[in-house]
Amino acid sequence: MTDASFPRRRTGRPAFRRAAESVVTRAIAFSGIAAIVILAAITVFLGMNALRAVGDVGLWSMITGTDWFPTSKEPSYGFLPAIVGSLWVTAVALVVSVPVGVAAAIYISEFASRRTKEVAKSVIEFMAAVPSVVLGLMGLAVLVPSIRVLMRLDTGLTAFAAGIMVGVMALPTIISISEDAMHAVPADLRTGSLALGNTRWQTVHKVVLPAASSGVFAAVMLGVGRAIGETMVVLMLAGNSGIVPNTPLVSVRTMPGTIAGEMAEVVQGGEHYSVLFAMALVLFAMTFIINLVADVVLENQRKRWRR
Amino acid sequence: MNHASARVRRARTVEMLARAVTGAAAFGVLGVVAFILGYILYRGAGSIDWEFLTAPPRMFMTQGGIWPAIYGTLLLTFWTAVFAIPVGIMAGIYLAEYAPKGAFTRVIRLAIANMAGVPSIVYGLFGLALFVLTVGFGRSVIAGALTLACLTLPVIITATEEALLQVPQDLRQASLALGATRLRTVLRIVIPAAAPGIVTGSILGLSRAAGETAPILVTAVAFYSPVPRTVFDETMALPYHLYIMATQAVKPAPDVVWGTALVLVAGVSIINVVAAAWRTRQRRRIRW
Repeated sequence: MTDASFPRRRTGRPAFRRAAESVVTRAIAFSGIAAIVILAAITVFLGMNALRAVGDVGLWSMITGTDWFPTSKEPSYGFLPAIVGSLWVTAVALVVSVPVGVAAAIYISEFASRRTKEVAKSVIEFMAAVPSVVLGLMGLAVLVPSIRVLMRLDTGLTAFAAGIMVGVMALPTIISISEDAMHAVPADLRTGSLALGNTRWQTVHKVVLPAASSGVFAAVMLGVGRAIGETMVVLMLAGNSGIVPNTPLVSVRTMPGTIAGEMAEVVQGGEHYSVLFAMALVLFAMTFIINLVADVVLENQRKRWRR
Repeated sequence: MNHASARVRRARTVEMLARAVTGAAAFGVLGVVAFILGYILYRGAGSIDWEFLTAPPRMFMTQGGIWPAIYGTLLLTFWTAVFAIPVGIMAGIYLAEYAPKGAFTRVIRLAIANMAGVPSIVYGLFGLALFVLTVGFGRSVIAGALTLACLTLPVIITATEEALLQVPQDLRQASLALGATRLRTVLRIVIPAAAPGIVTGSILGLSRAAGETAPILVTAVAFYSPVPRTVFDETMALPYHLYIMATQAVKPAPDVVWGTALVLVAGVSIINVVAAAWRTRQRRRIRW
């Protein structure tokens, strides 16, 4: 039998299908790196637009400048009021959200019945979806007037008011991430501790929390990232004054609030415009580092309890 | 019963205290959510009627309805879905089915997690620089939707990956053993099995995008505009409308403010509840 006696048979799949498969597979692989492309693009486009500010004003003198008077005749573009304001808001937010968030996570992970756990988790997932502008409105309607009256202030629009509402916004992140971390602690450790005669709380306190501590730390870091970057709540509640604040009970300016509040009014391509991009770049760098630390910590924790 | 030593009694008291304190925190958080929803329902319910939902604003926003804002938000969300869902699902497929274990994949994962934490106003400025100015869309629905798509992408990717990873390996192996290619296995076997998780995750991500204000502030919205004719027009949107109504110096009728808040919150809530309920049902139905 020679080769020629066999008619050439098509084997395998039709060519067009193979071609289509390779196109789709490539699209999938390309989408895989979309996140890296977008992060790089954010850096490049913020950087390009910030160039003029860096050239005219100088990055260091912006970051260390204590005056923010962008519209005066001789404008000064100091970021410190906004940076310190953001830190005050974040500090208040953490004081509110870390104890409450971690305690709630402990209850949901360790004490709650299965039913309660399911309900609580879906409510918290839902909480993350409440639009921030709605929380800003709630703050304006309920929180700001009460703070003004209770603390006898001239205005309730303060870092304190904004911080409480930002804390509420950070809660879902802190609760769900730390609950995940506690949930990931192997059940053996718990049953072992209980078998030795420890109470539930002793188990939580001496076994679960130490084992989950890096995850809880990451949850707090992610909460900090959320709090620093939260825009609408601080824009509506922090008051946006121009001084470097030394207490949370005054109106403060924050980085996201400044950018969002002034971007709509500036001349496109002008100095002020470029300075706002530089501020966004600083904000982006801060949240990037915070998130990176949290991610690395979380990843290590995940590895630790894998099997 | 009275033999319990002082130490044991103390441990019991601490146990009760710990339960009470952590329980108070958990239920306190649920209470805050309930209070926010209840308060908005209470203040806003009175202003919802047919005209409010279907008419454009009149008399400098103090009367009439908010239809252009509702329509604008629906339009923005629709286009966000169009841009974000295909890329998000494909990226999720890449991570769950194709990505080799290694440093590069680790970097991709870090990038996705990091994207989720980028402040929304930073996305706004990015969208302004790229889509509005460089690409030249101007302030428009399409520029806003592309910006929101970047912000939603990590949510969709993560949801897709998680859903795919829950599909048991046996199904894949069976399909491959029957001669199906890897891609065919993914498209015909794995994706259908993971569909509930992917769909709910995407919907939840989109509902969050619908409520975002900062990214569209500088890329898409106008204080007042008619219903956009094409995606290259600027638009009104519910969150921005609410922001302006709540903060502008000349106070509008509070009815309009709380009515708008209620429409926005109700929309987001209904989508969330339906999606989550559907996911729970699907999870009960499919057990591996």
